[in-house]
Amino acid sequence: MNAPTYNFAYLDEQTKRMIRRAILKAIAIPGYQVPFASREMPMPYGWGTGGVQVTAAILGPEDVLKVIDQGSDDTTNAISIRKFFGKTAGVATTTATSDATVIQTRHRIPEAALHGGQILVYQVPIPEPLRFLEPRETETRRMHALGEYGLMHVKLYEDIARFGHIATAYAYPVKVNARYVMDPSPTPKFDNPKMDNCPALQLFGAGREKRIYAIPPHTNVVSLDFEDHPFTRYRFDAPCALCGADDSYLDEIVTDDKGSRMFVCSDTDYCESRQLAGHRGSESAAPHKERAHG
Amino acid sequence: MAEQTLDDQPLLVAEDLGKNYGRLTACRDVSFALYPGEVLAVVGESGSGKSTLLQLLSAQLAPSAGRVSYRMRDGVLRDLAELGEAERRFLFRTDWGFVHQDPAQGLRMAVSAGANVGERLMAVGWNHYGRIRDTASSWLERVEIDTGRIDDAPKTYSGGMRQRLQIARNLVTEPRLVFMDEPTGGLDVSVQARLLDLMRNLVSELGLAAIVVTHDLAVARLLSHRVMVMKGGRVIETGLTDQVLDDPREPYTQLLVSSILPA
Repeated sequence: MNAPTYNFAYLDEQTKRMIRRAILKAIAIPGYQVPFASREMPMPYGWGTGGVQVTAAILGPEDVLKVIDQGSDDTTNAISIRKFFGKTAGVATTTATSDATVIQTRHRIPEAALHGGQILVYQVPIPEPLRFLEPRETETRRMHALGEYGLMHVKLYEDIARFGHIATAYAYPVKVNARYVMDPSPTPKFDNPKMDNCPALQLFGAGREKRIYAIPPHTNVVSLDFEDHPFTRYRFDAPCALCGADDSYLDEIVTDDKGSRMFVCSDTDYCESRQLAGHRGSESAAPHKERAHG
Repeated sequence: MAEQTLDDQPLLVAEDLGKNYGRLTACRDVSFALYPGEVLAVVGESGSGKSTLLQLLSAQLAPSAGRVSYRMRDGVLRDLAELGEAERRFLFRTDWGFVHQDPAQGLRMAVSAGANVGERLMAVGWNHYGRIRDTASSWLERVEIDTGRIDDAPKTYSGGMRQRLQIARNLVTEPRLVFMDEPTGGLDVSVQARLLDLMRNLVSELGLAAIVVTHDLAVARLLSHRVMVMKGGRVIETGLTDQVLDDPREPYTQLLVSSILPA
């Protein structure tokens, strides 16, 4: 560990205790948004202040941390948070999904299956799934308490009426443990089925909105839908241009101003490990020599 | 028939109902019984306690004195103050309707008409888009809204259409009791007439009981069977609509009736 300018993992012990209590409560009531006294963090709101606080509260010296932003290990947000914990906690960092014990994520769930003992920490901008239809916080809390979720279907109804199908593509509402309706943070709905019966613990932290919620391991998570318009996953109908994967979530990359584009895995770790294993796509040259590291 | 025996018993009973705001008495000593299928009009000038009374009756306000009881669908008369919040809200979404004077309060202005009508159905667990939409569109027809506008938001509707949409939204779960607060307020005369005609038909078709608060005696005459006249928070006269409006006993009621401009 570096010179202990900071307490281990940045937060003071009282704050960690407060956040851990909120996390324990969240795990005890799956999908319920637990208010907590969110602290100022050395980064702007929207950059993962909630996720960072949750990670800081659960991180131990033996943990191995992975941070992803939109599936990628090497974007600014991911690198700066990884460095932050490298400096303030001195924990080992990795980009390999299977090696990590704590994975902080923004907007994606890794493609590689998670296993027991891992903790996935989501950064959440707006934790309230009912917010856009019911602006009053007092009212949405009451609706959660009484299990009045008809409004959530009003949103889906509007989608079908306007677009002919459920056009909500991210932050797709789910019902956790047959009780609370929850916003899975802005992950693409492609990732929704991965939350169901997941062996890893999933924690959600919203720093600005001061809420923590959780899905304990092996919990039932159902995406809301209509009988005649069932939930469907969505991915671009193409293989990854770098690794040839036809089962991963893809990013569309515009390559010139004449309409050319390529599709590549959004999960860089998944894509790179497939390339190392010899898989090739239409655009791949040589396999990447250098992997992102912390 | 079980219905027949139920019809003989009151649907809603108010006993010595009163509400104070500090030293101000908004209404007091209001007692009446409303029977299934009956339409009661509450008339009086602004500030006479009509709207407070309506809020007390619909359990949106807790009374300072007295109580309101409602006969639930299982036939049991229950004190509204003793219902849990979940039960009260369920009642409000299913067995009751509430038509606001300002449709913006009763509608979701930014979501489509179909979703507005379908919301109550989805709230009681309907989970089939096609059936929700069919039901919504048949209700739009019943309230004379062009079904081609089912996907338009009410903010694009005229005042009269909004009010009719609000009625459809409330009636879709086939409530037994509808509260209306100045349902024709703010509409022009021809639209008022059409709306009143529509409401009268719906009320008689569905056998609805209704409590209509209005300052407009014409609305009371067209819609209601019975009239309660309020002044200063008290009921000063009550009786059959024609009787009260044609032969008012109280000086204040006489004043109200005589202040109608001749057509």
